[in-house]
Amino acid sequence: MKQVTRHVLSNGLTVLLKEVHTTPIASWWVLYRVGSRNEPTGLTGASHWVEHMLFKGTEQFPAGTLDKAIDRLGGSWNAQTFIDYTAYFETLPAQHLELALRIEADRMINAAFDPEEVDSERTVIISERQGAENSPTFWLGEAVQAAAFRVHGYHHEIIGDMADLETMTRDDLYGHYKRYYMPNNAIAVCVGAFDTDALLKQIEAHYGAIPAGTLPKPFVRPEPEQQGERRVRVERPGGTAYLQAAYRAPAATDPDWFKLELINSLLCGPDGLGGGSIDNKTSRLYRALVERDLAASVDGSTTPTIDPFLYTIDVTVREGQSVEAVEAALDAEIDHLRNGSITEAELARAKKQARALFAYSTERVTSQAFWLAFTENIQSCAWFENYVANLEAVTLDEVKEAAARYLRPQNRTVGWFIPTESDSNQEFDMEDGE
Amino acid sequence: MTAVTAQSLPSAATIVRETLPNGITTLIYENFAVQSVVLTGSLHGGAIYEAPHQNGLASLTAGALMRGTRRRDFSAIHSALEDIGADITVYAGAHRANFNGKSLAEDLPILIDVLADVLREPIFPTEQVERLRGEVLTGLHVRQQDTRYRAARLFSETLYPEGHPYRAPLRGTIESVSALPLDELKAFHARQYAPDGMIVVIVGAVKADEALEIVRDRFGDWQNPNQSPIATVATPPPPTETRRAFTAVPGKTQSDLVVGTIGLSRTDPDYFAALLANSVLGQFGMMGRVGASVREELGLAYYVYSQLDAGVGAGPWSVTAGVNPANVDLAIARIIDEIRRLVETPVSAEELADNQSYFIGHLPLQLESSEGIATTLHSMELYNLGLDYLLEYPNRISALTAADLQRAAQRFFNPDALVIVVAGPA
Repeated sequence: MKQVTRHVLSNGLTVLLKEVHTTPIASWWVLYRVGSRNEPTGLTGASHWVEHMLFKGTEQFPAGTLDKAIDRLGGSWNAQTFIDYTAYFETLPAQHLELALRIEADRMINAAFDPEEVDSERTVIISERQGAENSPTFWLGEAVQAAAFRVHGYHHEIIGDMADLETMTRDDLYGHYKRYYMPNNAIAVCVGAFDTDALLKQIEAHYGAIPAGTLPKPFVRPEPEQQGERRVRVERPGGTAYLQAAYRAPAATDPDWFKLELINSLLCGPDGLGGGSIDNKTSRLYRALVERDLAASVDGSTTPTIDPFLYTIDVTVREGQSVEAVEAALDAEIDHLRNGSITEAELARAKKQARALFAYSTERVTSQAFWLAFTENIQSCAWFENYVANLEAVTLDEVKEAAARYLRPQNRTVGWFIPTESDSNQEFDMEDGE
Repeated sequence: MTAVTAQSLPSAATIVRETLPNGITTLIYENFAVQSVVLTGSLHGGAIYEAPHQNGLASLTAGALMRGTRRRDFSAIHSALEDIGADITVYAGAHRANFNGKSLAEDLPILIDVLADVLREPIFPTEQVERLRGEVLTGLHVRQQDTRYRAARLFSETLYPEGHPYRAPLRGTIESVSALPLDELKAFHARQYAPDGMIVVIVGAVKADEALEIVRDRFGDWQNPNQSPIATVATPPPPTETRRAFTAVPGKTQSDLVVGTIGLSRTDPDYFAALLANSVLGQFGMMGRVGASVREELGLAYYVYSQLDAGVGAGPWSVTAGVNPANVDLAIARIIDEIRRLVETPVSAEELADNQSYFIGHLPLQLESSEGIATTLHSMELYNLGLDYLLEYPNRISALTAADLQRAAQRFFNPDALVIVVAGPA
């Protein structure tokens, strides 16, 4: 299999290419180094809204024409906004790859932000937030994140606060776009059935003439050290209680990040690099919470991020059990882990699991291209290529030390979701009277 | 037009198929571009084999298989899989109990050994089944708060008549699951889990003869003389007038709605025409015509799309949307307008060509992953489509006309006799 080649155009666009010829398709990604972390108060949700506006047309490709053009070729396209980035991709039969290059080059600078489209999209995005608000775990996650980060831009949800979604203007959004969308703030990646030299020439033709911009001053306000445990309680209508424990976690570039990834595997079961998860019924917390009939489920999640973020443990409280009892059992199990109980066998097992999950989650060209772009943004695509080796290198002593240090109660925010009404509700039929 | 080469598509030339004397059919497709194997399959263990008072029995039985077998207890089953980063899921659909699994290629023997164990010799330990029941009940309570789930439930209850197996929820209700006796799980397993009619598909970095040998070794001697006869499901008459229903879910900020009727089975001769008509209505180019009307033009919905559930029997053909409660009536009116247009006016030559191009061109993406190949091969076997189905598929799509699509829409949709349901704040 070919290796990744890295190129930087004269305008600063970073390009990563990896040929894969086992399937006749290719995936093209353009990732911008801007996410919800870069949004000041008043503009929360701007990155995500800008992402939506990039599907609303340019002079060359008016709104709606590309959905059809991509489908006509049998391809797929989408975008995602995260705390650390905004990324766009097309996956197409390889012979049609040039359309993807044209689309992303065009909307890197030419998105129209038509005022009527901005207004229409406001309704869609508010509706997206309302859809999320229908889920109790959204309210809980938002409250925990806001409590865990007072200063850093990680403190608000990617979707943004309703107050800002209602008031942001077309010019606010266009300004955000122009500040961050430029070749020298972007990473382009292609994985699939192409010839590297020929594709590089095409990329140069489509992107080479786009001028470099002035890089925005990084919006980074480091979060001060946490002074003791923080707690939040969300009370809303619902039928089920939830608990979230969010521990302050290191940045992905910190060697400690890999230790925490293995600790999560022991506690909650392996959480692969997206798309490859397996069951977790032999994990420590499953045994302590679910097998003891306290919880219906438990999940853990580490996130590779640019700045220190959170390691979260989510528990769905079982019908008839209390969130207090769940938290007591969770604490007992975490204390047990911190007190040196991890064994070599457990660690070896976590490493084998990581190898399998890495294999599952990197088989498709779309996910390979995604991970190359994602990791280039947090450090370098070498982070992705060395992921398994970095986990393999972690020793038992290192894991024990990291568990004792990161899983301190003083290092966490604990959130409870408490349902305030039973889920009884009326149901009635109306014969059509029209 | 998109080039789909015969070599890139699984066909009789590259799929290995074997039916064992006990009635298990195995399909293998080698793919050495990856390091893993995936396994998918099914047998006659779906919800249509439940009595009405046993709603949720097939689902609970499928879930309980992994809770203990004659050879392995709960912990041993899950250690065997999780130690090697492997996974098996068993769940019940309407007609079939389905299973999926994956592992690194070298671990396929363990994967199939555990699968055989749980399908053939589960013992339903009381403590484990009660724990599972509690988790299922919590899940059902969570779903009671989910407007999308509530709308889907209300739609089935309003569309299908009393006693029809597609009317009841697959996972059961809080009441029915609470009441299911353990003995009925054991009895359901004893009469439904059997080799005859079982399908096993394996795709990945494994040689076909080696994979076949593992299946023969672990499943070849399985017999079940008590297997119940294969059941069929009658297609009920479609609605004769529009029926509306609403369910209030307190504390919600978004409403979910479903508009639709009864569609067709996967083996119906009109399947491809309906598939493309559905794509025009609510799939192609960012959710088709309903997407353009409700989402793009009015900015009313976060999501809106149409869906054709064509399985062993005639599932629904419906449009689903999530909207602000204030916009419910307008969104419904726009959706009905689009259904009416699909029925009354042939699609344009451009729309037809676009959709044909999509379905043909999308095959390489659909078949990129081992999971995608395995799912496709399973459908080919289940619906008896033949091993060269994928080679013939482009011609089947290309042969369709605008009149075919309109005829299919007219056969199933009456814009004045739809089921319309909403779940959201009061």
